[in-house]
Formats: sequence, structure tokens, C-alpha cells
Amino acid sequence: MPEVLNGVCMQPFHYTQHGSSMASSSNISELQQNAKERLRIISGHLQKPANREQLCVSANECKAEAADRSLGKTGTIPKRRQDILKWNGWGYNDSKFMFNKKGQAEFTGKRYRLSGMVLPALREWFEKTFGASLEHKTPARSALNPSDVPPPILNEGFVQDLKSTAIPFSCETEDRIFRAHGHCLHEVFALREGKFERVPDLVVWPNCHKDVEKIVEMACKHNICVMPFGGGTSVSNAVECPSDEKRTILSLDTSQMNRILWIDEKNLTAHVEAGIVGQDLERLLNESGYCTGHEPDSMEFSTLGGWVATRASGMKKNIYGNIEDLVVHIRMVTPRGVIEKSCQGPRMSTGPDIYHFIMGSEGTLGVVTEVTIKIRPIPEYQKYGSVVFPNFDQGVACLREVAKQRCAPASIRLMDNEQFQFGHALKPQVSSIFTSFLDGLKKFYITKFKGFDPNQLCVATLLFEGDREKVLQHEKQVYDIAAKFGGLAAGEDNGQRGYMLTFVIAYLRDLGMDYYVIGESFETSVPWDRVLDLCSNVKERIIRECKDKGVQFPPLSTCRVTQTYDAGACVYFYFAFNYRGLSDPIHVYDQIEHAAREEILANGGSLSHHHGVGKLRKHWLQETISDVGLGMLRSVKEYVDPNNIFGNRNLL
Amino acid sequence: MASKTLYSDPRLKKRDDFEDILEERRNSSDLRYALRCYTPLLYKGITPCKASMLKTTVLKSDHVHYVIQQLSKEMGESPDIIKEEAAEILEEMAQSLQLGIIRFFAFTLSKAFKKLFQRVKVNEEGIQRLQQAIQEHPVVLLPSHRSYIDFLMLSYILYTYDLSLPVIASGMDFLGMKIVGEMLRMSGAFFMRRSFGGDKLYWAVFSEYVKTMLRIGYAPVEFFLEGTRSRTCKSLTPKLGLLNIVTEPFFKGEVFDVSLVPISISYERVLEESLYAHELLGVPKPKETTSGLLKARKMLGDDFGSIHVYFGHPVSLRSLTQKKINRSNFNLVPRHIPRKPTEDIQAFVNNTGYRMVRLQQENMVVSPWVLIATILMQDLPGVDSDYLIEKTAWLRSLALLFGAFLDWPDHVPTSKVVASSVALHHNIVRNVNGRVVLIDEEKPNDNSSDDLVFKKAVTVLMCASYRNQIMHVFIRPALVAAAIHTACNARKEEVFSYFNFLRELFANEFIFTPGNAVQDFEDGCYLLVKCDAVQILKQDFVVTETGQSTISFLVAMLRPFLEGYQVVCKYLSEEVIEGFTEMQYVPAVRTFAVKMIISGSLKSYDVLSSDMQKNCLAALLRLNVLRKTKLADQITIKINQAAVTRLVDALDGKTPVQKAALARL
Repeated sequence: MPEVLNGVCMQPFHYTQHGSSMASSSNISELQQNAKERLRIISGHLQKPANREQLCVSANECKAEAADRSLGKTGTIPKRRQDILKWNGWGYNDSKFMFNKKGQAEFTGKRYRLSGMVLPALREWFEKTFGASLEHKTPARSALNPSDVPPPILNEGFVQDLKSTAIPFSCETEDRIFRAHGHCLHEVFALREGKFERVPDLVVWPNCHKDVEKIVEMACKHNICVMPFGGGTSVSNAVECPSDEKRTILSLDTSQMNRILWIDEKNLTAHVEAGIVGQDLERLLNESGYCTGHEPDSMEFSTLGGWVATRASGMKKNIYGNIEDLVVHIRMVTPRGVIEKSCQGPRMSTGPDIYHFIMGSEGTLGVVTEVTIKIRPIPEYQKYGSVVFPNFDQGVACLREVAKQRCAPASIRLMDNEQFQFGHALKPQVSSIFTSFLDGLKKFYITKFKGFDPNQLCVATLLFEGDREKVLQHEKQVYDIAAKFGGLAAGEDNGQRGYMLTFVIAYLRDLGMDYYVIGESFETSVPWDRVLDLCSNVKERIIRECKDKGVQFPPLSTCRVTQTYDAGACVYFYFAFNYRGLSDPIHVYDQIEHAAREEILANGGSLSHHHGVGKLRKHWLQETISDVGLGMLRSVKEYVDPNNIFGNRNLL
Repeated sequence: MASKTLYSDPRLKKRDDFEDILEERRNSSDLRYALRCYTPLLYKGITPCKASMLKTTVLKSDHVHYVIQQLSKEMGESPDIIKEEAAEILEEMAQSLQLGIIRFFAFTLSKAFKKLFQRVKVNEEGIQRLQQAIQEHPVVLLPSHRSYIDFLMLSYILYTYDLSLPVIASGMDFLGMKIVGEMLRMSGAFFMRRSFGGDKLYWAVFSEYVKTMLRIGYAPVEFFLEGTRSRTCKSLTPKLGLLNIVTEPFFKGEVFDVSLVPISISYERVLEESLYAHELLGVPKPKETTSGLLKARKMLGDDFGSIHVYFGHPVSLRSLTQKKINRSNFNLVPRHIPRKPTEDIQAFVNNTGYRMVRLQQENMVVSPWVLIATILMQDLPGVDSDYLIEKTAWLRSLALLFGAFLDWPDHVPTSKVVASSVALHHNIVRNVNGRVVLIDEEKPNDNSSDDLVFKKAVTVLMCASYRNQIMHVFIRPALVAAAIHTACNARKEEVFSYFNFLRELFANEFIFTPGNAVQDFEDGCYLLVKCDAVQILKQDFVVTETGQSTISFLVAMLRPFLEGYQVVCKYLSEEVIEGFTEMQYVPAVRTFAVKMIISGSLKSYDVLSSDMQKNCLAALLRLNVLRKTKLADQITIKINQAAVTRLVDALDGKTPVQKAALARL
């Protein structure tokens, strides 16, 4: 495949952090050279001078990191996560939304397309949607108060043994608190102004499979509780420590197990350590001309092992498949020993697939250490797109038809009207009068000429991938279908912005929390014929519950269809409200989310499409998989881990 | 328990005030009223749709399509032919709501109502609540059914208050009326066959039609839970077919919620009172014909008093199902495939039906005449005027204490109230020399011929129909009173088990929510204690000195019912040897009862009512005293004579009834 074409995909759509800094040891300079060359070509292709500047910046950044790496650090995520990540919010320290002195919203940092930009419409949207005001602030505390953190319970024998192995560990407060939570609302809220009842007592950073084996063996010997920790992006309470756990809780941080051990170009597989985060995996594979194509929204921070343990789903699953389709081999360390298969055959009829006990086990059975995953050559061409529909019903009907004809692009997502408006609020300041004139014209055409109601219309965002010719052909096919449902093509830009929203929404939550606004997302999967009813009923339920629970302002209750399948779709909800006037907003929030989940289940939706069960949704697992089903899982747990060493108490 | 606050303490019931809507009609132009601007607020989630589009939607629906395919496979008929059949069914049933005809009705009904009635009173707060409900969720209107006027009246009121006009499930009978049938269709009536058991296509088309209107918020859907006009003016037990249909869209998640609105329509004098009495005595109901309607014009000269229409609080179906129904049970079969409701759904719908009828009863307005009729029924053929006035005043306070919704004029002496009531019901009673007596009492003790018995029975049953209007207020304390009166001792368990026995026996006669025996018992006890008739000392009932008369009155109120059932039992044990058919049953019991009346061994006429006879038959079948068997294409009813004897003994209080579940007490 020609180098030039390869390069086009080198720019992941959402972040510009790039470069060769993570390449393995010796030939850094050579690789850097290559990378720079490629970047030059890409920017030529994209014909966006702005991008060139950004890319240069990021290349510079990478040099700094390269220096780091030579000190023995590999991967984006260091052992001291707090060095680059927020301790009490989402993402990187340097990236966040804020209102500047003029009262305009802007996004700081240099990592994202939106970074450094002013978003003139965001404030009005924020104030109008939530009834929030810049005058009513709820700032987070500036630093962690160590006295809020319970002192570690240390099993002396275990610590002694651990020391003898030379595997790095820590019981510093910051390290422990960083691994005491995921990103559920109540967890972040606790970081900002509350405290945790129980946090890990000890953090350990194994470097390889062998290290994990040693740790688990010692943990069994001393009967301590092990909780695997990958990216910490859980939104199911999965990382939270059980408050009544009396044993030492060891957080097993896999972040240093982040190497690609080999790439098999004949079979198109790669054998990778499970602690690698998504962006590093993609970048390293890209350097060899490959990708996995697995891009969950959390891919900047979530890890391969985490994906396996929670049955993750990627944005581009229509081409590449979900994690269960991508995995060829899994190696997991359990208290009983190591579980894996003896060959890498593409499909086997050897009884129930043991990997399916592992996928979705959520850290209750052991630690996934190594995974063989399918890889694909980097696609030649990538193109965004968007379609505006007169209303949500038409949009869903179109997606259904696309699924029926099995011609879904790499990604196709349908946002409802509220989210469409939300997306608009994130439009950066337009640089030229011409663009704003064009925008005005487009709006006029759609609302006045075509008669779309601005409070009804919704937009589907599309991402095509593959050979240039096929992409264009595919694009036409999809737009033709869309036209049958009254859809109008609305340009690449709208599409791209739609995907960007996914990556910045988590940052936006932190902004909201500065101003009395709390929120969360949750998802489900549902048969096609129930999609519309489920969406409207769940949104309505949220609004009603807010009213009943005394929320003073109307909530944001919005959804989008994010994945299509033959037999149904994945639906994703955003829900946020202004909690001024409530004494216990988190409790209210939990009650409403609980009600929303009940509504989902009553409307034929599943308990989870890809977030997993964790502790948050355990309550419903039994009715979801039946008594016998639960018993099956229990008996596996009892055999594999009779002493509950992996005691995070997820799932069961 | 939620129902406790709902039913038991009348003090908690706060009722709205009424406004007379005819007042304005008497003071301003009917024509202008009929032509005025009509712009109702609609359901917020409405999918705009014309009546004709509706039919297409129904025919194209997955549900109807599926059933057509199934039937085509079963019968080997081409789907197109079946589809045509479906289209015909739809043609026959569908409404075609048109504002023009509504305006016509608005004009003519204004004229007619002003002639017939003194007042048509409506609780305007209820109207406001309804208006709110209509905008939020699909609405189902559930009026009580005492007269043909009911649904015309309701549409008339909704038009008056600028509310969405309902579509109304009506019986096919009306379609037999030339022109009028079509006019009703254009005023929103859609027509259902009285029975379509087993006709899958009919059921599919009909249910889909109703569900579609509900789902898209086309209009409020109105039907009569009681299924038919109650000839006795007692509420009938709910029929569940339509309730099943309108609840399904919620169970299947097609709508967020459905508001059920109980509506109580009370008539001071029912237009059809004499017709009903004749029907109950076996004179067949006149067929609905246009000429019949025109003949009925002569009624326009008569005075039918006031009508009260009370719009109850909308009940959220969603909140009713909470913790009772797991809607995910509907997840495993595609929603368009018809399925028999599961047991818990059936139980829920049944319960909801009873609950709604109870809510209708709660807001039925009771006129002074109802109290008078209640007293007269205990002292036929008549009583002294002074005694009647005194007793009416007494009963009034008792009824109020029991939570009756009385329409008693302010600042008018009881004697005047009684006099004007008697005057209004001149076709039933008359004041003769200081005595208020039933008419046709010239030869008070002459029961010599069938003909005279029949004549008298007509009057008595008319009178009884007014007493029946207050039975729902008294039935629970009356059953407890009867139980105290009859049970072997006054221990609470004994009283309860006899109460429970009577409640089971009368489950077709009165409205008791299934499975609610303990609550009913406690409600009854509560009221008896409240009116100082009894005291409960530890586990014993003690009738107070002053309470004796109350207890006797309540027991006497029940006596015609007890006697009626005893007569049926007597008939069964004396006259029937092997078995009988349903066809034979009613005339045979009637003949038997008439004989008893003529011989002087039976005083009460209530048992002549075919309604009571049928209720009794249903009760005996339910209690396994009778059993249906199919013999050569004919259904014969067999008797368990031992069970009849046991029942008779129990009714006489000779043998203790079987212990009911006491643990719950």
C-alpha cells in the first residue's frame, strides 16, 4: 500500500496527538523522520493549514515525551497517572472547558480539534437548557485532603513477599485514591466535594504476564483482595472498592503492560499486552501500517484488557466488529492458574467458548494479561458525512433500512433534536464572514425551503472507510436510502463535529459540575421495532422523575442511536439537570437513573450494550439472565476463585 | 394500603362543586352556541390523522396483516379476500367524526335538554383536570351507563367546554336506526358487535382500530365499562374486553401512559325507568328504530329533574401498574402478534375494571328521592307522610355519615323536599290522604291474578331502581350488619366469615373488588362504629342501644336480595329434578315467584327481576351449587341438591358457613 495513502488515516479524527514517540527502543530518529514525512503529506492532502500547525505542535510534544520514554517510560499513561490526568475529573490536566473573562466558553489545551477555540454559542445553550447561571458556581476543592482518605490496611506478609519480587508498588495516598474510582457521577462528585469510604490499600504495577502470576499467587497465599485496574474509565461502579472489604485491597494497575509483543502479518493478528491503552495500540499498529479499528469512545484511556473484561464495543464495529469479534486468543491469570486456549484457530467447536466466560467477567475471575487481536491494513480513505432528517422517526426508519440492506458505514449515528442543538452549541467561532453566510444559507434552505421544523429535525452522522472508490460508491448508496426517508445530505463538517462531541462530552460534564449541573450517560440495546417507543418513553420518564423528585429546572434528556445491528440498535442517553435547591443531588440523580433503567427494561431494552454491569446494574442481572443463568456464572466464579481473591464484587 | 385512603373514610373525599350548563343555554342563543368557534386543546404527542387515513393505518398495521396471513394459511383463502373482509368490517365499525354534525347535535340537544331537564350540572374542576390530562396522555373516558342519553350528554358537555370530542364504542343496535345511526357515526360513535367470540379477524380489526386511535392520540376513547345500560341502576360488574384493548398499548410500551377518567352520570329521574322495569319483567326491549325515537318525543313534555355529571380524577394506568405488572414480560414476542393476556395481566385488568366502577360509584349523586324510595321499599305499599319525612331526615344523616354524595337543596325543610320529590316521581308514588303510596294501590291486598302482580311489579321495580342507586353506599355496613344479625355469635371471626359468605354470594349483584374482602369488611365495620351502631370490644361486636334501629334498617335493606336468592334456591330444590336449560330458567323462576306472591308466601317483588335471577344463577354457578354440562349440543345446568340445602341453611343462619381465611384479619 502506498505510503501516501496510508498517511491519510494517520490523523485520527478526534485528536491530533500523534507521532512516533512511543516507538520501541533503537530507531527512534528514523521513525520520527518517517512520521514527519507522513504528516507533511497528510496535511497536504487535507489542505487545511490549521491542521498543519497543530500537527507540528503535537510532534513537538512527542519529543518531550520521547525523552520521558528513554527514562524507561513507555505508553501515554505513566505510573503516576496524576502527572498528566486530572485527579478529580475527566481526561488530561491541560484540557478543559471554562468560561473566559468575557464570559465565553472555551476549550483549553492543544490536544483536540476544539482545543484553544472559543465556542460562542455554548454559554447561551448552557444557560437556556439548564437554567444555570455563571453567577452560581460550585467549584471543586482545589486539592485532595489526605485526611479524608482512610489509612491503608496492609497485610505485612504480602508486602514482604511483594518487596522480594521487585515489582513496583506504592501505598501513597494519591496513587491509591486515583484507583479508587471510575467515572460515575457519584464518584467524581465524591472527588470534588465528598470522600470515599474505602480505597485500595496498595497499588502494584506488574510489567508482564509473569509478574501478574506472581502477584496473584501471593495474593492467594495471604488472602488479600485483588482489583484489576486498566484505564479507570468505568461508568458502572466497577472500580469502586466494596466498603466492607476487611482484607488488604490491592489495585493491580496494568498500565505498564503495554507492549505489542508481535505482529503476525500472514494471519493479520497482533499479540498485545492487555494494559495498552487504545490510542497507543492504534498508534503503534499504524506505524506498521495496521489498525484494529476498535474505537470505543473512551479509547484515549481505556485498555485492551478492560475492553475484554467488559465486552466493549467500538464506534466502527460495522467494519471491524465488537471486541468479541476481534479477539483471537486471551490469556488470563486466575487464582486457579492461567486460562487460555492451545491454538489460534479462527473458530472452534469445543464446547461453550471459554473466552465468553472471560469477556464480560469484569475482573471477578482474574486478570487478562495478553490478547491476540485481529488487525487490518489501515484503510486508504476515510470520509465523514451527515444527513438531516425532518424528524427522529424518519431518521430511525432510515437507519433501520440501512441495517436491513447491510450497508451501514463504519459508523452511523442518529442524534435527536436536543442533541442536534447541543452539537450546534459546540460550533467554534467562525473565522470568515463567508462561512457564517454559508451556514445561514444552509439553515434557510433546510428550514424554510424544505420546511423542516428546527425543533423536530435531527441529524445522522456518518463515517465511511475503505478504498476511495468503494467509499464513494457506498456513500452514494447510503445517501440514496436517506433520501427515501426525507433525509438531506448536510456535509462532512456536521458529521465530524458530531463525532467530536462524543470525545468532549465527558469534559463538558466537569464544566457543568462547576455550575450546579450534574449528568451522565447510559446505554442500551433494543430490537428495531421498539427503538422509537423506548427512546420517547425513557426520555419522558426522566423528565417526569425529575419533576417528582423536586428538581427545580427542566432536565436535559436526550438520546441517539449509536449502533445498528441486523436485529436492533444501540441507544445512548444523555441526562443532566441543574440541582440548585436540592439537598442531596446525587441521591436524586441515582433514583432517576434507576427509574430510567427500569423504563428501559420495561420497554424491551437490555441492561447494557457495552458499559457492563459492574455494581451499578447488578440489581437487575438476575431478571436479565434468569436464575439458572446467574447460577451458571456463580458456579464458574466458585470454581475459579473460591476465596474471592478477585473481590471487586462486580456482576454477581 | 392505597385503597384504604381511596374508599374507607368518607371524610377524606373532597368533592368539587357543580355548575349548571343549561343556565347559559336558557339565556343565550342556541344557534350561536352551535356555530361558535370550537378549538379544543389536543394531545401533545398527536399524530394528525383524518378518519379515512385511520382506516388505512389499521388495515396496513402489522397486527392486522399478521392475522390475515394466519387466517389465510388456516382457511386456504387468499389473503386479498380476507383483507377485503377486514376492510368491510372496518367500514361497518368506523366512526367519521365531523364537526358539522356535532354542531347540529349541539343545537337540537340544547333544545331537547332544556325541555327534559331542570338542570345539567357539571363539576368544572373535573373538566379542567380532564383538559390537562388530554394534553399529556391518551385519555380513556369511562362513564357510568344508565341511559341512552349518556354518551350524547357527554359529547355535548365536552363540546360546551371546548374539549376534544371523544370517539365512542357503541353497540351495533344503533346502526339499525336509519339516518340516526349514521348521524351517531358522524358524531364519533364507532360500532362493535355485541359478541364476536372466536372471530379472530373481527377482534384484530376492532382492537387495532381502538388501539390506533389511542396510540396516535386521535381523540379520547370512550366506552362503557358496564357494557350495557344498567336496567336496575345498580352498577354492573365491569366487562373487560375494551379495557384489555386500551391498556395493551401501555403494557407494550407504545405509549408512556394512559389516563383513565371515571365519569359518574346521575339522573334524578331516568328517562327509561318504565322501559327498564318492563324489560326486567320479560317484556322484550323495543328495537332501536328511528320511528321509535320519534315516538319518544312525547316524553319531551315531562319533567326529568336534574342530571349530575361528575368527571373524576384521571387515574394514571402507569401508576396503577406499579409493582404489579412487569412489562418486560412482553419483551419476548413481537408486539404485533396477538397473545392471550397472562393471568397476572387478566387479574390486573379485572381489578382495574372494578376499581374504576367503584370510582364511578363514589361520585354518583344521590337525590332525596333515592332516600325516599329506600324507605318505601321497606314498607310497601306505603307509609305515613310524617313518618316518611322523619325517616328521610334520619336516613339523610346516616347516608352523609357513610359518605354518600347527596344532592340536598339548601335551606329547604325536609317536608318540602319530600313533597317535591314525590311530585317529580308522580308515575311511581302518590300522596293519598297523608300517606305516600305506590300508585295502582286501589286494591292493596288483591294479588289474585298474574296481571295485577305484573302491574304492581312494574311500579315496585321502578321504585327499587332508585333504592339501588344508594346500595353502593350501604352495602358494606349492611353486609356486616346482616352478618352480626345472623352469625351464631358476635365474635369478629364469625362475623367476618358470614360477611365473606354473603359478599361472595352477592359478587354479581354488587361491586366488590376481587380479593379485597378484608378491606371491605373493615370499611363496613368502620362505618358501623362511626355511626355508633356497634362497638367493637376486643374481638366482639356489641350492638348499641341506639344502634339497633340502624342495624335493622340495614338488614331490611338487604332483605329483598336475600329473599330473592332464597326463592331461587327454593325453586331449585322443589321444582327441578334433574337439570334445566338457561332458556327455561328465567321464565320458570318468574312463574314460581309469581305463584308464591299470589299465595301470599312471598312479599318482595325484587326476585321477579330477571337481573336478580341471572345474578343468582351466575353466583350459584360460581359457587359450584350449579354446574353446566354439555349434552348433545345443548347446555344443561345440573344441580347439586346437597349444596343447595347447605346454601339455604347458611342463608337462614342455621349452619355456620365455612371458615374463610381468617389469618388476614
